Amino acid sequence: MSLILFAEQVLNGLQLGVMLFLMAAGLTLVFGVMGLINLAHGSLFMIGAFAAAAVAGATGSFLLALMAALAAAAAAGALVELVVIRRLYNRDHLDQVLATFALILIFSEGTRWVFGSFPLFLNIPDYLAGPVTLPGGIQYPFYRLTLILIGLAVALGLFLLISRTRLGIQIRAGENDREMIAALGINISGLYTIVFALGAALAGLAGALVGAIQSVQVGMGEPVLILAFVVIVIGGIGSIKGALIGSILVGLTDTLGGLLLPELFRQFMDSSAASSAGSALASMLIYILMAAVLIVRPTGLFGAKA
Amino acid sequence: MSREQILNAAVMLALVAFPLWAWAADEPFLITLTTKAAILALAGVGLNIALGLGGLVSLGHAAFFGIGGYAMGVLASHAQLYDPILESPFLIEGTKSMPIIWLVAITASGLAALAIGALSLRTSGVYFIMITLAFGQMLYFFAISWPAYGGEDGLSIYARNDFPGLNTLDPIQFYIIVLALLAAVLLLTSRLAKSPFGLALNAARQSPVRVETVGISPYRLRLIAFTISGMITGLAGALFADLNRFVSPTMLSWQTSGEIMVFVIIGGVARLFGPVVGAMLFILLEHLLGGLSDYWHVYLGVLLLLIVLFARGGVIGSLAGRGKAHD
Repeated sequence: MSLILFAEQVLNGLQLGVMLFLMAAGLTLVFGVMGLINLAHGSLFMIGAFAAAAVAGATGSFLLALMAALAAAAAAGALVELVVIRRLYNRDHLDQVLATFALILIFSEGTRWVFGSFPLFLNIPDYLAGPVTLPGGIQYPFYRLTLILIGLAVALGLFLLISRTRLGIQIRAGENDREMIAALGINISGLYTIVFALGAALAGLAGALVGAIQSVQVGMGEPVLILAFVVIVIGGIGSIKGALIGSILVGLTDTLGGLLLPELFRQFMDSSAASSAGSALASMLIYILMAAVLIVRPTGLFGAKA
Repeated sequence: MSREQILNAAVMLALVAFPLWAWAADEPFLITLTTKAAILALAGVGLNIALGLGGLVSLGHAAFFGIGGYAMGVLASHAQLYDPILESPFLIEGTKSMPIIWLVAITASGLAALAIGALSLRTSGVYFIMITLAFGQMLYFFAISWPAYGGEDGLSIYARNDFPGLNTLDPIQFYIIVLALLAAVLLLTSRLAKSPFGLALNAARQSPVRVETVGISPYRLRLIAFTISGMITGLAGALFADLNRFVSPTMLSWQTSGEIMVFVIIGGVARLFGPVVGAMLFILLEHLLGGLSDYWHVYLGVLLLLIVLFARGGVIGSLAGRGKAHD
């Protein structure tokens, strides 16, 4: 195995990691501020991808497609928050799980109804297509590199939003004491809608960006959702920093595990057995990582003490 | 008799009478449909021990359902190929005998539940939900990427497994086996809920600190409950695979976990017959709405949403009033 292949896989791992971060950031914000577990977050990812594919198909502009993804996911998020989610804040987690599971059924089948069962395709725009040569002679797809940069930029923007702006102060205050900030004259239900729509927009953006390198289809959101859960469990619920570090860890572990484990097994097994055993174990690797983190720190790397 | 007991008796009567009528009317499809409902009910009864009695919101019970299914698939596929599972150091052969398959399914899913529970129960609340979901997904991906037993395509079994003295290929005879198991497990569950263990578990759900103060470890209670719960769901998995003569990673998917949970909720959490009513209603809806529209999951979703938001306590809660409430 060459060093270049390894470097490429590290970049792929980073790319998976930052896209997971876009999902996990919304989930962890919503949990941190509203105490809500939202299984339907994957549906918002899917809505973003479908909106982008539909708009790109109609106009041919990738930038417009991204805007449409952000707008559609944010609007769907705000609508869902106003109609359903808002009734769940005072319920126990079981009710939240079931209501959001019901939302998944409605969104998935509704999308199938509108767009049909066949996957849509979202093309990478010409100006982002093709490989670039990185220092060290590594050829890497320009689009994937752009994803990494967008993801990091969003992470930075989110940090600034939370730590430097008025909205960020309100969000942090809402995490600590919702009665108190309501008493201080802040419209708490408006704040909740904004936070939920913000998380939804991030998920929709991730869906549109990832939609261009895989097919856009019903059910694409849930595998990402579950990976984002693993990220949050590792990083600690409610922590944006934990979500970022957890995402990168999960992205790298998943990508490099698939590369290195079959290679490792080949040292003491015949080739076909090694690749099947290696890939089977690699598919479990992030969950093993999660279990290991849990044994050492049950509330995640950056989670508050329970 | 309370209203809930009358309702339970009516449900049990329906489970006996309806298939008998279908048998007399020569409608084998309806018997198979009822068999499916009874097996899914059994899976729900398993989950209800963790969810209802223990207050443990497990979104990973598909793991145990699937392990039960694969226990059947692996044993039966080795038996039909006359290919022993293990030759050295000692011989293990496949089998087509249902009781042995059940025993293996219960043991394997129980061990998995013990391991997953021991790790997941270190946490609580949302973490627990996410972690059980993640472990379920881990087994799902393992089943997909492990090629020895069909991988993504699953495993087909040519003939249903054998039960001494009965012809299992006859729908009504297979149904009798399933119903007997469901009744036995329901009896066991009602005894369990009233036993000292069940009472302590119930107390640990409501007030873990007080339970700990009197010298009982809530962690151990919950771990035992989670393990028993996994075993029952595993048994249901073996039966489900036998019903379809097919097992695939779909049984392990997170949607399966969600659906098992839906049975429990539609029927009523912590009610003895909640999962039974829930599974029957689910199959009925699937049959009726599925005939109307390919997109019947939309209606199911709306219905589920309405039940969660406005009809807490599920069907039994609405019909029989507040008995042992969930919270």
